[in-house]
Amino acid sequence: MSIKVRYFASLKEKLGRSEDNLAFVEVLTVRDLWGGANPQQSLPDNILAAVNMEYVDLDSRVNDGDEVAFFPPVTGG
Amino acid sequence: MAVFIVQGDFNPWQEIQKYQNSIDSLAGKIGAACIFIGTMRDFNLGDSVKSMTLEHYPGMGEKQLEVIVVEAHQQWSILDSLVVHRVGDIVPKDAIVLVAVWSAHRGDAFDACRYIMEALKSRAPFWKKERLVSEYERWVAENTTGYNLV
Repeated sequence: MSIKVRYFASLKEKLGRSEDNLAFVEVLTVRDLWGGANPQQSLPDNILAAVNMEYVDLDSRVNDGDEVAFFPPVTGG
Repeated sequence: MAVFIVQGDFNPWQEIQKYQNSIDSLAGKIGAACIFIGTMRDFNLGDSVKSMTLEHYPGMGEKQLEVIVVEAHQQWSILDSLVVHRVGDIVPKDAIVLVAVWSAHRGDAFDACRYIMEALKSRAPFWKKERLVSEYERWVAENTTGYNLV
């Protein structure tokens, strides 16, 4: 299964990249996906996640072709 | 209802007038318009701020703003609404965000406008990076709640 992972704002700077394109054999949760993409970095406490541009829990399942995004608390407005 | 994310400077007063002209068919029904305009300050957390960059998640920004506006239309009796949010490089005094709500009675307009603004602050995927007068750059860590201020 093929998944696009995107990072934004301070998280993007910390990781040094804005996205990953990953291939997995088994079904994953959003939390698992982070571990696969960032094996050296634990999941930040206050991180937010979205799948296909909708907010999700970290234990939500990810499907083939999904776009998953991780980002810090939002500060717009 | 309309949601716009814009790259360059925008004049909120002109946007309000332009949008209100476009909903002229509602004119006799409107008894209240509530407007919130957020502008950039030249200070934050005790420091002088020179400029700011507003990053967003293209696609999700629009989608989340639309979800928030639909929630407001479901909760209150409002006739129309307009949300404009700026992204990119911003300097003090520039407008960052505009929320305008039109309704028959003031209560709905006040409450829906407040709801849209507070939901936007906590859910719309935008991030501010400040550039201080000292040239130091920092990400704004989180938005404060607009409710329960002391």
